[in-house]
Amino acid sequence: MSAELVNVVFAGIGGQGIILASDMLTEAAFKSGYDVKKSELHGMSQRGGSVSSDVRFGTKVWSPMVPRGEADYLVVLSEDQVEVCGDMLKPGGVLLTPSLLGDYNPGRSLNIAMLGALNAHLRFPEELWVELIRDKFKGELADANIEAFRKGAAGVK
Amino acid sequence: MFPGKVILSGDEAVAYGAYAASVALGSGYPGTPSTEILETLSRIGGRAEWAPNEKVALEVGIGVSFAGGRSIVTMKHVGVNVAADPLFTLAYTGVTGGLVLVSADDPGLASSQNEQDNRNYAKAAKLLMLEPSDSQEAYDFTVLAFELSEKFDIPVLLRMTTRVCHSQGVVNLWKERENAREIPYEKNVHKRVMVPAFAKGAHVKLENIMKEIEAFAETSALEDVKKGSPELGIICSGVAYQHVCEAAPEASVLKLGLTWPLPKKKIAAFAASVKRCIVVEEGDRFLADAIASAGIPVEPKPDSLLFGELDVTRVRKQIRRDETPDPAPKAGRAPQLCPGCPHRKSFETLRDLGCIVSGDIGCYTLGTLPPFSAMDMCVCMGASIGVGLGLRHTLKETDARRVVSVIGDSTFLHSGLTGIVEMVYNRPATGHLVVILDNSTTAMTGLQENPSTGRHLNLDPAYPVDLAAVCKALGVDHVDTVDTTLETERFRELVKERLASNGVNVIIAKRPCILQMKKLAKLAKKESVK
Repeated sequence: MSAELVNVVFAGIGGQGIILASDMLTEAAFKSGYDVKKSELHGMSQRGGSVSSDVRFGTKVWSPMVPRGEADYLVVLSEDQVEVCGDMLKPGGVLLTPSLLGDYNPGRSLNIAMLGALNAHLRFPEELWVELIRDKFKGELADANIEAFRKGAAGVK
Repeated sequence: MFPGKVILSGDEAVAYGAYAASVALGSGYPGTPSTEILETLSRIGGRAEWAPNEKVALEVGIGVSFAGGRSIVTMKHVGVNVAADPLFTLAYTGVTGGLVLVSADDPGLASSQNEQDNRNYAKAAKLLMLEPSDSQEAYDFTVLAFELSEKFDIPVLLRMTTRVCHSQGVVNLWKERENAREIPYEKNVHKRVMVPAFAKGAHVKLENIMKEIEAFAETSALEDVKKGSPELGIICSGVAYQHVCEAAPEASVLKLGLTWPLPKKKIAAFAASVKRCIVVEEGDRFLADAIASAGIPVEPKPDSLLFGELDVTRVRKQIRRDETPDPAPKAGRAPQLCPGCPHRKSFETLRDLGCIVSGDIGCYTLGTLPPFSAMDMCVCMGASIGVGLGLRHTLKETDARRVVSVIGDSTFLHSGLTGIVEMVYNRPATGHLVVILDNSTTAMTGLQENPSTGRHLNLDPAYPVDLAAVCKALGVDHVDTVDTTLETERFRELVKERLASNGVNVIIAKRPCILQMKKLAKLAKKESVK
């Protein structure tokens, strides 16, 4: 993938694993040799409020924040956040919501399933994600998340 | 050692820099966005402690410095107000081991009660100030800050902002941990006893040091000049630099790393090299005012940018002199007290009893919001008690009897103790009631330990300060401890009884934070595996 600058915004509710998902994308981009920056707000947002996190990668990243209207991808874990963050997306940008998972309910692995859906576009090697998931989760939990990632990726045609 | 390149937040990078500089001790008080610095320092093998408040943290740091060790003292912007008393005189005494004070400012108020610009402290207290613009510089400047502190015999203010503290980027950890120097203790009362006779000389010395630093700034390579178009030049520092490079890739840019005292000659030369020279900065017009007062013509930012944090869009607008108001951000979901949070029953009770609640800083400030709507005011750490007493002194009796001060356990130890002393000393005619919301952790900033939890920052056991015993010893009439979740009715009756009396009373609403219980359960599991 050639990447001048790719802008991804994750949005959801505190406790959904937004920060973990954006951390993992940051690692994936870094391990693929890109310059990468990630930015989010901690603090009050941890108490069940709206949470969003910006990840930017490419040959050189300046500002850590995705400018409004310039996101290539908006990954939303809680549908009500589309209304809040929808204007982050650039014209023609890709909105990814849990609805594209269809009948599949990944439960607590929703964040990882959505990473799978995102990667159907970004196309980092799957082995890299498997490695990152095994790094963050142990044993059965890792297996469950790898399955969620694959199902999420398969959901995007 | 830590080899090569890694992804770090600015806070983590500061910790790695401090570790590489062989810092003897990190001290601070938790506060967003500074908290992760000491947590990281402890995790990677450095020594780090939570102090009861920022003033004590800085005083401990001063002692480390006088003893010849390097110290880093971390806090959020408003914490520097608490530490300001020792800070201003520390500039006079200077240091022995390098001392770095990290001020983590919060333009945009992601998690704060104001958006004060602490660059003003560098000017007011006469400190050397460094401003990193990303995680790499957070690391580099921390290493450098200790050297400069010792070279110029002055505390260094490492001024960060939310987007430098909490953004992650690639950092090259280039430095092996150096060996700590051993400096034998030497008594030096002229340097360290700030009585008027000695302080007069220290002030003269400090002004001379500031001149030396300015001369150093003119020759150092701490700024970065990007030669671009001669039509537009932009002077900036900190994260503003990142926004500028993206918003105006064609412009000439002067990014300042050492932002107090300023290298005025370099700034003048840069300004003269471009047709239009603007200053892009978050917060106050700190750089623009200082540069203008040196007689260098620059274009400051408009009033519309005195508020909130910068981003690429706002910088673009400043460049094209567009002062149209920014679109109002769409309201997301507000944060709220967790399901099962022990504060819930406390606030429901105070709401139902019609109390006037003088509040404080912590998760429980969320008691302001519906469905509780049970907080009437909140100013700063520890203010609940003093403000509550002032209300009691002034309101008519029927209203005065409704006043309750609520304060968390960590906040109480931070700056509530003197409020209790005031309460027993200058008793209001109707008495007063303080409710300590003791959830056994410093929850809002992410479950940090405090002097009453029985654990240190690194979770080693510590002596737990007994809040009830402290209040009793200070002369409070009645101190009761209640679990408001399990004993809601008892709490309700007790509040009613105390409000009807003329006594000065404390109720400790004690029940651990549910997130803290989860953390401890996880910890116990880990221990049992060992």
